Amino acid sequence: MIEIKDIHKKFGKNEVLKGIDLSINQGGIFAILGPNGSGKTTLIKSILGMVLPDSGEISINGKSLKNSFKYRENIDYLPQIANFPGNLKVKELIEMIKDLRNSKATNDRELIELFKLQPFLNKKLVNLSGGTKQKVNLVLTFMFDGPLIILDEPTSGLDPISHLRLKNLIFAEKKKGKTILVTSHILSFVEEIADEIVFLLEGKIYFKGSITELKLKTSQPDFEHAIASILSASYA
Amino acid sequence: MLKILKYSFYDLMRSRWSYVYFLFYLLLGVVLLFLNNDLSKAVITLMNVIIILVPLIGTIFGVMYYYNSREFTELLLAQPVKRSSIFLGQYLGVATSLSMSLVIGLGFPFVFYGIFNSSAIWDFSLLLITGAFLTFIFTALAFVIALSNENKIKGFGYAILLWLFMAVIYDGLFLMSLLYFEDYPLDKFSLGATMLNPVDLSRVLILLKLDISALLGYTGAVFQKFFGTNFGLILSFVMLVCWVIIPTFFIWRIAKKKDF
Repeated sequence: MIEIKDIHKKFGKNEVLKGIDLSINQGGIFAILGPNGSGKTTLIKSILGMVLPDSGEISINGKSLKNSFKYRENIDYLPQIANFPGNLKVKELIEMIKDLRNSKATNDRELIELFKLQPFLNKKLVNLSGGTKQKVNLVLTFMFDGPLIILDEPTSGLDPISHLRLKNLIFAEKKKGKTILVTSHILSFVEEIADEIVFLLEGKIYFKGSITELKLKTSQPDFEHAIASILSASYA
Repeated sequence: MLKILKYSFYDLMRSRWSYVYFLFYLLLGVVLLFLNNDLSKAVITLMNVIIILVPLIGTIFGVMYYYNSREFTELLLAQPVKRSSIFLGQYLGVATSLSMSLVIGLGFPFVFYGIFNSSAIWDFSLLLITGAFLTFIFTALAFVIALSNENKIKGFGYAILLWLFMAVIYDGLFLMSLLYFEDYPLDKFSLGATMLNPVDLSRVLILLKLDISALLGYTGAVFQKFFGTNFGLILSFVMLVCWVIIPTFFIWRIAKKKDF
């Protein structure tokens, strides 16, 4: 589904992505892991066309992303930091995004119900707490029915119940045959949901495969230690 | 692009600053008319205010809007919307709402005073048209500056410098060069130099329309000969349009290549 070929990206002198090759097939949950500053968000933003790679090519379903924007209709993206225009009310924001997408078939009502957002619909976004903003963010992402979902740190700021609901939501989407890309630092969350992980280290792919394979490769009994061993090896 | 324009416009129409700006012009118009009791004189005073204030507000507002709506922009960038539409839509939203505050704010008191029955109607319309042009020009320049500077403080600094240069320093340099080269014929030079600064161009356009160019002496005569003709007038408007189009082109180009 997504083909990434030899992507390089520099921000000034800082080389963030140093040749990433990755292909992601239709269906399943893929976790992109890596320490801070390893290029996870840059990689995701390149797929979204927000960051323009210096070289290399990305294509989705065989179509190159260069100079194209229509393909984003098929991507539901959850940004890392939920910052919205503060002047708007929650309801208006949802309507606006729907209008921009020209999409009528949405399930925003169920999602608002699920995350118990009804009391906030008429409040302005500046007045919401971080966790509530993240819930709004989740509604905006999951209300469309695109085949590809990209979640950048979806769990940040969520309370345990919402966390659980999010997990169920992700599993439900997976059942529909969607492809889901997730980045997260919460390893237990990743271990629970991910079918496959991609580990980025200093702008390169260090490992790609299932969690079992990672445990074998690092000869560690559990996932947490496996990740820790990669990190300590690289920082040593 | 129209959708983005619509949302930016609504967003601004709701903000306090648009009203402050609108009320300021309303008040200015009313006060001037009741103090002066003369439409033509009020137009001249207004010109002096507009020529300096409109570029300043356009620049500051443009830069401020860009930096404040960064989150909104990032939200939009992940949607199936063309990049150029996002930025051009926002720019047009800001420029349109500012121009509307100006035109409506000043228009009201003058209409009630009876501008339609007065001979000053053309001068007044010209004033509003150049005011709107200046808004579009300086908002576009502000967007170019903001797009090319990630750092807010730097962006604001450059924007203020730009305004200072166009509204104040340029005239100083212009005058100094006129004094320095006074032994040479300077008509062509001064015409050209006026054309190259939208602030000066607007000022000269309005002054000449007001028939007070005699105050400008010999230069006034040269200017009158040039700008008084249809050719001069059309050329001046072409220049103003260029001043809008060229920065808008840069907005489009920078936005296309930028990372977010």
